Amino acid sequence: MADEKYLLEMKNIVKTFPGVQALKGVELKVRPGEIHALMGENGAGKSTLMKCIAGIYRPTEGQIYFDGKLLGHYTTADALKMGISMIHQELSPVLYRSIMENIWLGREPLNAIGLVDHRKMYDLSMTVLKEIELDESPKTLMVSLTVAKMQMIEIAKAISYNSKLIIMDEPTSALTDKEVKQLYFIMRKLKALGKSIIFISHKLDEIYEITDRITIYRDGSYIGTENTKDLKLERLINMMVGRDVNEMFPKVPCHIGEVKLEVRNLTHRRLFKNVSFTVRRGEILGIAGLVGAGRTEVIETIFGMRRKVGGETFIDGKKVEIRNPRTAIAMGMAWLTEDRRQSGIFPMLSVQLNMAIANIAKFLNRLGFLKESYMNTVCDDYVRKIQVKTPSLSQRVENLSGGNQQKVLVARWLMTNPDILFLDEPTRGIDVGTKAEIHRLITTLAGEGKSIVMISSELPEVMGMSDRIMIMHQGKVTGILDNSKALTQGELMAYATNTMEEYHAARGKE
Amino acid sequence: MTKTAASPKIKIDPKQIAKKYGIVIVLILMILGLSIAEPAFLSPTNIFNVLTQTSIFGIMALGLTFVIISKGIDLSVGSVLALSGVIAASLGQTMAATSKYYPNLAELPVIVPILAALAVGAFCGAISGFLIAKTKIPAFIATLGMMTVARGLALIYSGGKPVSTLIPNLTVLGGKLFNVVPVPVIIYFVVILISSVLLNRTRFGKNVYAIGGNITAAEVSGVNVSKNLVLIYTYCGLLAGLAAIVFAGRVGSVHPGAASGYELTAIAATTIGGTSHSGGIGAIWGAFVGALVLSVMRNGLTLLGVDAYWQQVVEGLIIVVAVIIDMRKNAKRD
Repeated sequence: MADEKYLLEMKNIVKTFPGVQALKGVELKVRPGEIHALMGENGAGKSTLMKCIAGIYRPTEGQIYFDGKLLGHYTTADALKMGISMIHQELSPVLYRSIMENIWLGREPLNAIGLVDHRKMYDLSMTVLKEIELDESPKTLMVSLTVAKMQMIEIAKAISYNSKLIIMDEPTSALTDKEVKQLYFIMRKLKALGKSIIFISHKLDEIYEITDRITIYRDGSYIGTENTKDLKLERLINMMVGRDVNEMFPKVPCHIGEVKLEVRNLTHRRLFKNVSFTVRRGEILGIAGLVGAGRTEVIETIFGMRRKVGGETFIDGKKVEIRNPRTAIAMGMAWLTEDRRQSGIFPMLSVQLNMAIANIAKFLNRLGFLKESYMNTVCDDYVRKIQVKTPSLSQRVENLSGGNQQKVLVARWLMTNPDILFLDEPTRGIDVGTKAEIHRLITTLAGEGKSIVMISSELPEVMGMSDRIMIMHQGKVTGILDNSKALTQGELMAYATNTMEEYHAARGKE
Repeated sequence: MTKTAASPKIKIDPKQIAKKYGIVIVLILMILGLSIAEPAFLSPTNIFNVLTQTSIFGIMALGLTFVIISKGIDLSVGSVLALSGVIAASLGQTMAATSKYYPNLAELPVIVPILAALAVGAFCGAISGFLIAKTKIPAFIATLGMMTVARGLALIYSGGKPVSTLIPNLTVLGGKLFNVVPVPVIIYFVVILISSVLLNRTRFGKNVYAIGGNITAAEVSGVNVSKNLVLIYTYCGLLAGLAAIVFAGRVGSVHPGAASGYELTAIAATTIGGTSHSGGIGAIWGAFVGALVLSVMRNGLTLLGVDAYWQQVVEGLIIVVAVIIDMRKNAKRD
């Protein structure tokens, strides 16, 4: 097909930042009415390319054709007018304003004398909300919506612009499985209407379920475009990483020792009730469950960030009272939090301070002054040991890729030499290569006799890494299972949705 | 960019230097311009003059640097100066004073008023810090309250009248050492040194950056956020108390309405020096340079005979322009 029609055609796109060439002459061709995945590790250039499409960045070189026309320099506002919408990974709605005001922000329908026509805004909003089958009043405040619904509003906004191309940057990272299904439904509907979607996700199962074609990038270069159904998983990973990652979950059986941590009947005023579990030395306990099951909150409470109303924590059989993270750290606990930006990194501070902050006491001399060079030596060691890619220790951590930021945080906690590690979604939003590295590190730590509690919303990860799996549903533990070959995702999901009885009954009949 | 084997650590990139030290370059240009337009500007007397004029709000700007790096603000330092100032002055009057605050009090050693001023300043700061840490009210509100309360207390304590006729051991602090170097300047430089060590070389300093950088992450990483917040505001208040001593020494008396608006000048100096109100970014040398920029400008405009009213207009513009430049510096690439 020599003269095939593309909605978007990007040729030879180069984007240079001071000192870095982020895109080295890449291409992208999107057909009308297709869902097109962009794949690549963090730092491959996907985000930069998308920002070029959306008019946020201006390519240093190259041509962009949209709807057959060669585009010159354009802004995000121009892009919207032409029919290009972008739904960002981190949504930024105006929280205390209504749905309709958010949809029509900056282009509110006006009446004859130039005042905002709320009636018309309401009606127009109803139309687009109906189109995506979202049952909410346009007058509802954004703040009362779930993240999933806020995302739907973004999509509604894109529709209201009559967009022909919608870019979705990791839209599913904060959604529950049910919400993901709803998103797929809408994506397919948009596709049926002839709209094109560029879809970015690190979750490979999603890519295979929803997309038609895949374009792969690596280190700012174009690797190839393939039909999704013809592209084997191994080959896809190989194209992304540039080598074979045969061990995504390199879990090796470790010697499991005595009970290290025991939690008994931990109860929060409203978020969870009677949570009990134990973790042994050398053991990895996975915690599965849907978003909102209370998993993170349990860890926050054990670590002293939340008040409990009941329950006890034992370390090595001795009862401990932990009222704040300082005590938890002193007791040998570490906690890699779920949300890197919100509770992990200090974006504008150096890699060095980001690593050392939980450990400053170790770097003080007798007079209480910091031993800067010793601190540098130790940080340098960790940079090398876990292969953090950073130009220097003084680099601001915000300039690192997501995977490397995560490694900095891992270094922060390893430096405290913990016995018990809580890892909350340790590989969320991280590329395949780094993911495998972090998995290997987790196994190594277990091998050193550390106790690990790992929350993950990705079932393959929980099942690939854990010795035992605790499943939560709406603040209650529905089961703690031994991880064996016989365990299926279906069974875990049944526990996560609290439908074990139905599940077992159905299995029994077969 | 090619890597060279020799001197790998020091890379000289004029653009980066201009970005990072832009305000220093501005200061140098100002000094050059002024010394050409008015040679008297560079006389030792005038230089010491400028530094002395900088010292009082400059000392306050050092404390504010800690506060602003932690993503806070302290509006109370001007009022706290007045309150600690009148209390210190009342304990440092000579026997000859006509309106003696404590008529029956013998002349006390100079250390008494000094410690009193430091204690009152630190106490006010500690209260602000405690309010911010425990009740979680915004620093703006807490210190706005402290600003008003401290001013009120200063007026009540002094009965609205200036406290004057101070002992020579106190006024010597506003004078000159060996008749050459002004004592306020010496005090200022010592505090710059101490603050710099505190911010860069101690755990407290690193905690200040962490709290301003991401307060939740700081808590999770085991930083005692409440305690450090109290310490930050206590240090800021302590320096306001110290500024009060310098003020008393220089002026020879303290009026309860003294130093009104100084907090804004000090905040301006810190801001011009590149300390970011979004938290996590800032340095002591910045507060020093920022304060100098303001003083040099005031001094220069006076030397050039520019109307005092116009000086205010220029000062306002400089603050805004400095922050615009600073925002560009901290913006991520592209």
